[in-house]
Amino acid sequence: MTGESVSSPLPFVAVLVPLAAAAAAPVLGRWPNAREAASIAAALATFGFVAALLPGASDGKAATVSLLELSPGIEVALRADAAGMLFALLASFLWVLAAVYSIGYMRGLEERKQTRFYAAFALSVGAALGVAFAANLLTFVLFYELLTLFTYPLVVHRETPEAVRAGRKYLAYTLTGGLALIGATAWLAMLGVDASFQAGGFLGEQRWWTDGQLWALFFLLAGGVGVKAAVMPLHSWLPAAMVAPTPVSALLHAVAVVKAGVFGMVRVLIFVFGADLLRDMGAWQVIAAASGATLILASFLALRHDNLKRRLAYSTISHLSYIVLGVALLGPLALTGALLHMVGHGVTKITLFFCAGAIHVRTHRDQVSGMAGIGRQMPVTMGAFALAALSMAGIPPFILFTSKWYLGWGAAEVGQQAFLIVYMASGVLSAAYLFPIVIRAFAARSPDFPPFGEADARMVAPIAVVALLGLAWGIAPDLPFGFFELASSVAADAFPSSAPAAEAAP
Amino acid sequence: MEQLPILIPLPLLAASLVVPLAGLWAPRAVFPISVAAVALSAAMSALALAEVVAGGEALRYTLGGWAPPIGIEYVVDHVAAFVTAVITGVALLVVVAARRAAAREAAGRRGLFYALVLLLLAGLTGMVVTGDLFNVFVFMEISSLAAYALVFRGGRAGMLAAYRYLILGTVGGSFYLLGVAFLYFTTGTLNMTDMARLLGEAEPNISVAAGAAFIFAGLGMKMALVPLHLWLPDAYTFAPSSVNSLIAPIMTKVGAYVMVRMFISVFPEGYLADEVPVSQALIALGLAGSVYGAYAAMGQRDLRRMLAYSSVSQLGLLAVGIGIATPLGLAAALLHVMNHALMKGALFLTAMSMRMGAGVSDVRMLAGLGRRMPATSAVFAVGAVAMVGIPPTAGFFSKWYLSIAAIDEGLWFVLAVVLASSLLSAVYLFRVIERLYLAPAPAIAGGADDAPNAAAPAQDAPARESPLDVTLPMALLALATIVLGVLNVVVMERVLEPGL
Repeated sequence: MTGESVSSPLPFVAVLVPLAAAAAAPVLGRWPNAREAASIAAALATFGFVAALLPGASDGKAATVSLLELSPGIEVALRADAAGMLFALLASFLWVLAAVYSIGYMRGLEERKQTRFYAAFALSVGAALGVAFAANLLTFVLFYELLTLFTYPLVVHRETPEAVRAGRKYLAYTLTGGLALIGATAWLAMLGVDASFQAGGFLGEQRWWTDGQLWALFFLLAGGVGVKAAVMPLHSWLPAAMVAPTPVSALLHAVAVVKAGVFGMVRVLIFVFGADLLRDMGAWQVIAAASGATLILASFLALRHDNLKRRLAYSTISHLSYIVLGVALLGPLALTGALLHMVGHGVTKITLFFCAGAIHVRTHRDQVSGMAGIGRQMPVTMGAFALAALSMAGIPPFILFTSKWYLGWGAAEVGQQAFLIVYMASGVLSAAYLFPIVIRAFAARSPDFPPFGEADARMVAPIAVVALLGLAWGIAPDLPFGFFELASSVAADAFPSSAPAAEAAP
Repeated sequence: MEQLPILIPLPLLAASLVVPLAGLWAPRAVFPISVAAVALSAAMSALALAEVVAGGEALRYTLGGWAPPIGIEYVVDHVAAFVTAVITGVALLVVVAARRAAAREAAGRRGLFYALVLLLLAGLTGMVVTGDLFNVFVFMEISSLAAYALVFRGGRAGMLAAYRYLILGTVGGSFYLLGVAFLYFTTGTLNMTDMARLLGEAEPNISVAAGAAFIFAGLGMKMALVPLHLWLPDAYTFAPSSVNSLIAPIMTKVGAYVMVRMFISVFPEGYLADEVPVSQALIALGLAGSVYGAYAAMGQRDLRRMLAYSSVSQLGLLAVGIGIATPLGLAAALLHVMNHALMKGALFLTAMSMRMGAGVSDVRMLAGLGRRMPATSAVFAVGAVAMVGIPPTAGFFSKWYLSIAAIDEGLWFVLAVVLASSLLSAVYLFRVIERLYLAPAPAIAGGADDAPNAAAPAQDAPARESPLDVTLPMALLALATIVLGVLNVVVMERVLEPGL
C-alpha cells in the first residue's frame, strides 16, 4: 500500500461505537429520551473518533488495525486511508445531524417500533464505517453484506405490504450483488493474491491473468458494487426503498448505502484493478458508458415523478453515476472531482430529503403537485431546499459546482469531451426537475392550505445546518475537514505520474 | 487415556440400558441420567479433541486387547474427534432444550424414549470412532433402528413416515454391507488401515469397484443425497418435535462423515474419481440436490417440512465438498457438518418452541410471533441469516471454503450453483422472517384451516414464549453459529487441516 501505516485501534473503535449504541437501544427502549440521547451521544462519539483519525490520514500515515484471521492468511483489517476517511467523515458527521432530525421526524409521525429503528440505524452506520475503513477485499465484503442486512429492517420499517415488497426487492438486488463480490473474493483468495487495497491497483502486478479471467473478475466486482451504486440496469431497488422513513432515505439511501456502492467502485476500479490495467483492458469504457447513460436517463425519469421522494431517488441515481463516471474516466482531476462529488452530493441530497421529511411530517403531502405555495408557510425548509437545488444544478459557489468543475475538467483532461457535455447536460436536467418545485413553492398560491408553519426545531435546525454547509464547502471545501486535500491526495496516490491538482477551489 | 475412543460411545450405551429400568422405578431420574450420559460423552469427545490437537497423533484403542486386523480397532483422529465433539455437543443442547416436548410426546414411556435417544447417539458416535468397516455397519443399524422407533412415535403420519424410513434405511444399510463384503472378498480384512494398505497394493478390479459403488449408494441413502432423499421430508416433518430437532442436525451428517472416511482412510487417493466415478456423481447429485431442496423448500407450508427440504439442499452442498475430494474440499464439507448442525439445531428447536408456545407450525400462521415469542424469533432470525450465509456467521464460511475449493479445481459451475443456492435459501427463509416480524398478528382462534399439522394444543390460547430451559440452549446454538464463524480459522487450521 502506498503511504505509511501506523498501528492504532482507533478505526476499530469508530466501527464499534455505533454497534454498541445499537446494543444499548433495546436496553433503553422504555425511556425514549434516554434512548435518543444515547443515539446522539453515540453519533457524536463516533464522529469524534473518526475525526481523530483525520490528521494521520492527511499526513499519509493511515491508522491500521488487524483484528483476527477470517480465513487462513486473510485478516479482518481496517485502515483509515485518505479515501476511506472521506467516506467515514461524511457518514459519521451526517449521522449526528440525522440523529437529531430522526427524533423530530419519528416523534412527529408517532412511528411505531422506534427502538428497532434506532438500533438498526446505528448498526447500519457502523457497517458503513466498516466499509469505509476496510483494508482488504474480504473485510470490505464482510461489512458490505452486514450493511445489507442491517438496512433491511429500516426499509421494511412501516410493515405495509408495499414496504415488504420493497424489502424483498432490496434483498434480491443487494444479496445478489454481494454474492458476485464473494465469488470474486474467493477466487482471489484461492490464488493467494493479497487482496489488500492498494492505490494504483494490485491486479496489474500479477501478469499471469488471461483476458477472459480479468473480464470475469471485472464484471463480478464492478457488478457487485454497481448494485449499491445503483448504476442502471441495477438500480430499481433504490426508488422502491423510498418507502422507508425519511431519515433512512436521507442518511442511508443518499449517503451510507449508496455511497458504499460508489465508494466500492472507487476501491474496485482504482485500488484493485488500477488505471493502467483498466485502460489496457478497455474496461473503463463499459463503466463509463453505463454510468453516462444512467446519468441522463435517471434525470429524465426524475422529471416524470410527482412523488417528491421518488423524484429525489432518481436524482440520486443520476448523481451517483456522476461519481462512478468520474472514477471510470481514470484521470487525477476526474477522480478528485468524483470524490468531492461524493461528499457534496451527500450533504446536498440529505438536505433535500430532510426537507421532504419535514414537509411530510407537517402536511402529510408527498406529491410535488400538492406543494404549491408551501414556501410561504415553511420558509426555512423551502429556503434550504432552494439552496440545495441550486447546488444540485451546479450553480457556483455551491459545493456541487466545485466538484462538477473538476469532473468536467477531468473529462477534458483525459480527452473525453463527450462526457464533459454529458455532465453539462445533466446539470440542466437537475435544474429542470428541482427548480419548478422551488418556484411553485414560493411563487404559486394554493388556497387549500390550512396554516401549519415550520416543522419541529429538531428537524429545522439540521436542515439549516446541512444547507449552509453545502454553501460553505462550495466556497472553502477544505474547511474544516480538508475534503479537497484528502480527495486530491487520493488522486495523487492513484496516478503518481500525473501532477496532482494543485489549485484550490476556484 | 488410551481408552478414550471407546469412552465416547460407552456412556451412552451403558445409560441406554439403565434408563428403561429407571423409567419403571424412578421416572424422575430418567432425564438426569440421560443428560449426564450425553454430557459425559461430550466431555470425552472434547477431551479427545484436545488430546489429538495437542499431540497431533490419532488415539487408537483395540477392543478386548485383540490386535488389529483380527480385533476391532477404535481410532480417533482429528476428523473423528471433531465430528464426535460436534455431534455430542449439539445433542446435549438439543436434549436439554427438548425436555418439555419429550415429556409430552413420550407420555408415560419416558424410560423407553430416552433409551432410544441414547442408543441413537451411541450408534452415531460409534460410527465415528470405529476403525472397522463392519463395525460401522453395526453402529449404523443401532442408530437407524433407534431413529425408526423414535420417528414412529409421531402419531399416525409418523408411523407411515417411520415405515418408509425403515424400508429405505434398511436398503441403504444393506447396500453398504454388500459393498463392504465386496471389499472383503478382495482384501480379506475389515480394518480400515489394513484395507487402505491392501487396496493400495491390489490391482484395480471389478470387485473393488462394485464395493465402492454399493458403499456410496448406501451412504447416499443415509445422508439423503438426492434422489435418495425420499425418506427425509416425511421423517423430519412427522417425527415428534423433540425427535426431529435431534435427528435433523446430526443424523445425516454422520453418513456424510463415513463418506469422508472412505475418501481419506479407505480408498487410495484418486481411486474414487478415476476408477469409479464416485466424485463426479457426488458433485452432480449434490448440485442437483442443493437446488432441488431449496426449490422444494420454497413451496412448503409446514415450517418443519421447509426446514427438512432445506436440509436436503444443505446436504447437497456437503456432498459437493466431499466430491471435490481435495483436502480443502473435504475440510469445507466437514466445516459444513459443524455449521449445519449448529444452524439446523437452532432452527428445528425454534420450530419446536413455536409449536409448543403458539401451537403452530404452518408458516402462514407464524404472523406476529416476533413480538409474542421474541427469543425464539430472534434465534430463528440468526439461524436464517447464518443459513443464507451473511458474513461473519458460520454459514458464510461453509460457502466460502466450498467456493475456494471449487475454483481451485476449476469447477466454475459449482461455484455458480453454490452461490445461487444461498440466494434460493434467502427466499424461503426471509419469507418466514417476514411472517414473524412484519405481518400483523392474525386472530389465531379461527385458524384451523387446511394446515396438515396445525397442532393440537389450544388454538386460541395466546402464544407464550418458551421457558428459559428451551430458549437458552437454542440461543447458545445461535450464538455458536456466530462465534464459530468468526473463529473458523482456528477450526480449519488447528483441527481440519492437520487431519486431512
